[in-house]
Amino acid sequence: MEKESIIEAHDLTVSYDKKPVLWDVDFKLPAGLLTGVIGPNGAGKSTLLKTLMGILKPDSGYVKLFGNKLDEVRKKVSYVPQRESVDWDFPASALDVVLMGLYAQKGLFKRINKADREWAMYCLEQLGMQDYKNRQISQLSGGQQQRVFLARSLAQNASLYLMDEPFAGVDATTEKSIIDLLQKMKNDGKSIVVVHHDLQSVNEYFDWLLMVNTRLVASGPTSEVFTQELLEETYGGKLSILSQMAHILKNLEIGRKEHEKI
Amino acid sequence: MSILVILLAVVFLGIASGSIGTFTFLRKRALLGDAIAHAVLPGVALGFMVTGTKMPFFLILGACFTGSLSIYLMNTIVQKSKLKMDTAIAVVLSGFFGIGILLITYIQRNYGSEQTGLDKFFFGKAAAMLYSDFIWLFAICILVIVCIYAFYKEFLLISFDKNYAKSVGLNVRLYEFLLSFLTVLVIVTGIQIVGIILMAALLVTPASSARFWTNKLSNLIILSSVIASISGIAGSLLSYSISKMPTGPWIVIFLSLIAVASILFAPKRGVVARNLKSKRLKKKMFHDNILKTFYHLSEADGSFNTLRTSSELRNRRYFEEPKLSLALRDLMKLDLVHQSENKWGLSNEGWIKAKRIVKVHRLWEMYLTKHLRISSDHVHDDADTIEHFISPELEKELEKLLAYPDEDPHHTKIPYT
Ligand SMILES: Nc1ncnc2c1ncn2[C@@H]1O[C@H](COP(=O)(O)OP(=O)(O)OP(=O)(O)O)[C@@H](O)[C@H]1O
Ligand SMILES: [Mg+2]
Repeated sequence: MEKESIIEAHDLTVSYDKKPVLWDVDFKLPAGLLTGVIGPNGAGKSTLLKTLMGILKPDSGYVKLFGNKLDEVRKKVSYVPQRESVDWDFPASALDVVLMGLYAQKGLFKRINKADREWAMYCLEQLGMQDYKNRQISQLSGGQQQRVFLARSLAQNASLYLMDEPFAGVDATTEKSIIDLLQKMKNDGKSIVVVHHDLQSVNEYFDWLLMVNTRLVASGPTSEVFTQELLEETYGGKLSILSQMAHILKNLEIGRKEHEKI
Repeated sequence: MSILVILLAVVFLGIASGSIGTFTFLRKRALLGDAIAHAVLPGVALGFMVTGTKMPFFLILGACFTGSLSIYLMNTIVQKSKLKMDTAIAVVLSGFFGIGILLITYIQRNYGSEQTGLDKFFFGKAAAMLYSDFIWLFAICILVIVCIYAFYKEFLLISFDKNYAKSVGLNVRLYEFLLSFLTVLVIVTGIQIVGIILMAALLVTPASSARFWTNKLSNLIILSSVIASISGIAGSLLSYSISKMPTGPWIVIFLSLIAVASILFAPKRGVVARNLKSKRLKKKMFHDNILKTFYHLSEADGSFNTLRTSSELRNRRYFEEPKLSLALRDLMKLDLVHQSENKWGLSNEGWIKAKRIVKVHRLWEMYLTKHLRISSDHVHDDADTIEHFISPELEKELEKLLAYPDEDPHHTKIPYT
């Protein structure tokens, strides 16, 4: 039996100031998977996520989530923006930011109550951030800020998560604990889409891959599309990137285990 | 008009502009606020010319119209041309203000000089306000305060993370529009008291001063309202007691005083606090180094009970002279050092401290060589600064991680207590 598609993108073309940065992106994503979005800087990965979330309007094409229009299923979808997209010198604590995940469910005049706080604390705990709940967010390290964003997303208790570079600026141990958490969420039946830059770990982390470079180069099970040929097509075109790629590809041939981080 | 009514009005205005201004400040729209304030002038003039009265309702209506028009124009300029926001702001601000001045001059020529009552819009004159002006002021301020209470969560979300706000289905455009509209309302109300030219200060200075004192949004809103109100009260009392004095400049002077005081004296973020902190740190490092030198001397000759002269200390490590004697005296007050004649020695407590410093210095060297693979002849300088900042928790972790090593990379003994 074929799994239902959780995301359908139909011929999406997206532009900034009339300059298209994504062309004719068309794919279907099966439910219940951990999906990676890879591609070079400026490839349009963030743009794709924003379009799927309705933050940007496509010039043409449309998106269906859970087979519906976005507005009908908004509560079941959660978005984690790129960490650099906000000014962290904002008067808020880690807990305050996590509580923002509950704002959409709360109506006008309704204040945050004790149960909300407990739920937000639980989400912080999931990311090992409970000790930092009262810390001013500008005083958190980059990796901790990232985890606060993830906790806010968890607080929404969605079925589909779209995360823009949740591993950027995160150390190896934290990355491991986050990926474990994502895996656990997947086993609970959630679908997760993650923009990712480290090609070393792609095979290990993701069931499905979207390879993007202003167009969709490939969409499919990682085992089928994570090939040298498609990688070259995704990252090709820019010479400096190509040389970096040669290095990465070389490491891929040897096997990822030899790569050690401090 | 009675001074009490004026003060009440100023407090209301302070609360409204302090709280709406917090969002202007957080969304980095300070200059936009200034442009809107200036763009209000032609609206006031038009309101008068079209209706021929100084009824506040029509003046406010005109002001709202050109104020909103200016926002629309600035946004359109940025979207449709390649100009950046700062340029758009400059163009719109000067353009609207210029037209406003033309219109006011025209009115003064044609309607007689008693109509120069419109002058008060430049620098504000609370005492010249009419009863009907106050009614409008109260109504608008209450509207603003209620809106902020009602839409607190929404305003917070679009100020911090607009994309996320959109992603959870918030109608971001609507709330942005509402915020802009409320800002225009506050500006329009405020100009009678503070004046067009200085209105932006009442909007943004309170929040930027308050930010030095608090890290919590709700407190920030309350504090900036208080700052705006207090400056308002002080400014209007002064201008009331000196006749022919506009209110705006006095209010802004008090706002600026509070801002300067905040920049200087706020705990943690303030300049003075930061300087004090770095002074304290320097002093602590100096003290640590003296204690450590006692240890090194004793370690070298194996005698931990000998008293040392200050030149002995200075031969071992470079210390500036009057500073060393002063610091030794400080250490004596702290019971870390005792003196007999010209010689100095460590107390029990002093030894404990000295040992700890030497220990964490050497542990850090071990850590660098073992775990970061830095060669042992490169680690000393780094450890010399780090030793002062290693917290007790970190100290324990280092001990555990390195399994209580006996010697440092230079094969000197690590003292444990
Ligand atoms: N707000 C914007 N206005 C104009 N152009 C933009 C805007 N945001 C992105 N772009 C352009 O669109 C293209 C795609 O950007 P996008 O942020 O989606 O890339 P990305 O794949 O997420 O890159 P990165 O890996 O650096 O995060 C880039 O060429 C970028 O310069
Ligand atoms: Mg991106």
